[in-house]
Amino acid sequence: MNLLKLFLYELQEITLLTARAFYRLRKKPRYWREAIKQMDTIGVGSLSIIFLTGFFTGAVLVLQSFQILAYYGAQSQVGRMVTFSLLRELGPVLTGLMVAGRIGSAITAELGSMVVSQQIDAMRALGTDPIKKLVAPRIIALLITLPLLTTAANIFGIIGGGITSKYIFNLDTSLFISSVRDGVTTKNLIVSLVKPLFFGLLIGSISCYKGLSTTGGTVGVGNSTTKSVVLTSVAIIITDFFLTRALQNILGIDF
Amino acid sequence: MSENNKIVPAIELKDVYLSYDDKKVLDGISFTVRKGETKIILGRSGGGKSTIIRLILGLIKPDAGRIFIDGEDITDYSEPELMRVRQKIGMVFQEGALFDSLSVYDNVAYKLHEQGLPEEIVEQEVRKMLRFVELEDAIDKMPNELSGGMRRRVGIARALIGHPQIILFDEPTAGLDPPTARTICELAIKLRDLENVSSVFVTHEMKNVEYLTSEYAVINEKGEVVFEKEGEKLCLINTEVLILREGKIIFSGTDEELKKTQDPYIKRFLHGR
Ligand SMILES: Nc1ncnc2c1ncn2[C@@H]1O[C@H](COP(=O)(O)OP(=O)(O)O)[C@@H](O)[C@H]1O
Ligand SMILES: [Mg+2]
Repeated sequence: MNLLKLFLYELQEITLLTARAFYRLRKKPRYWREAIKQMDTIGVGSLSIIFLTGFFTGAVLVLQSFQILAYYGAQSQVGRMVTFSLLRELGPVLTGLMVAGRIGSAITAELGSMVVSQQIDAMRALGTDPIKKLVAPRIIALLITLPLLTTAANIFGIIGGGITSKYIFNLDTSLFISSVRDGVTTKNLIVSLVKPLFFGLLIGSISCYKGLSTTGGTVGVGNSTTKSVVLTSVAIIITDFFLTRALQNILGIDF
Repeated sequence: MSENNKIVPAIELKDVYLSYDDKKVLDGISFTVRKGETKIILGRSGGGKSTIIRLILGLIKPDAGRIFIDGEDITDYSEPELMRVRQKIGMVFQEGALFDSLSVYDNVAYKLHEQGLPEEIVEQEVRKMLRFVELEDAIDKMPNELSGGMRRRVGIARALIGHPQIILFDEPTAGLDPPTARTICELAIKLRDLENVSSVFVTHEMKNVEYLTSEYAVINEKGEVVFEKEGEKLCLINTEVLILREGKIIFSGTDEELKKTQDPYIKRFLHGR
């Protein structure tokens, strides 16, 4: 009962924080420069881990499924299979999880230490709204960069899959490429761009909320950072299920 | 300034109550700070001193009671309305609370940068404030390169920029060596006597109380600021002491009255035994 109450309370507070961040954008000052700085940290800064994650995910997908496909005589379809898995599922989710671990934790730790060292209070005392200055730019930066990073992960994954099928399974590259083309459908592209929008919002609002609600000194910062990453990751995976179902209904299920 | 304006207190708390969960922190606090007055708040740590300061700034809301700044009831103000009121108030935080990611210059300039003033004016003001706290050399340093006393003084410079008429000091000398603590008290005295600033000065060090209640700043013939002791010539009336205990004010008055008190708790508090 108590846990349920806590969950509902946090859900309400996270929603309120996010709503305020957007609502307060209608009035000046707006900190665009801060948002661009965040995009640089989040986007450019995450590119290397996204490259590695995407590349090896695509590679291992081929490693695992090539022989099964070959058993049914469908090895020429491996590119399509990799593209489907990446665009619809693995690209968005893995990018979301990696960014939650790398950026979500950093946001919570940064805001959390600003709270415990009274920098947030100082900011308010000096007449700046921390929701406008700190929360809104981070959420906006995540909303813009996460779809881009996901797309990058998808491309690296397809490259990884192509390299594996060529050098390990001796599949003709042009065959791989043409089956990838079959996999890049409008519906798949929509899915691979809509999911990261939701995940970006989750990462931004949960990590900012956890940071700003930090109490209990430096130990508290560690606690809320851990909680933030765990909560964001679980939220991404659960949201993914419902989002997938909703998108299937909206776009129509097919291959 | 009109006659009426002089009577309106800079800060007024009326019957303020505040609890955290089931812990009563403030249990009916009322006091006023007149224009140009310094109120020293004494009390054990955990006694609610910082809480009072946070209430005055509107960072937290009381459970009951009213808070006035310059006669304006801020108790129910929304965050945007409070932003306007906070422009009149400078705040010196317990540990300085400098922005780690900004240089000393950008920390002190913060308020003016937010107001979008041209850089020449900002730089001029920042240098003036850093000179006031005698830290102009540190202008390009980052906060982590500063000592505790320097951080505190940068915090004071940041609070003073824009010439607020009300300044709140939260234990500005805690953990500092005696000469640095003395310098900070001198800054507070200068603000009170030369700039007519109203302030709340939270501390638990009796030495600070002695400085603030017995010395005043004047400008001598050479144009220098000097500190003189009160005596037959002048008795300071613009500095009063409040003592807080268990959420209530148990003493309020001048230092002379404080020395005469027979209350055993206060005597122990003053002499440490
Ligand atoms: N955010 C908070 N949540 C719960 N208790 C708090 C909070 N802030 C302060 N307190 C409690 O209120 C009391 C007064 O704190 P404070 O005003 O900081 O004391 P002081 O500044 O006099 O040392 C302390 O007992 C402290 O534990
Ligand atoms: Mg305190």
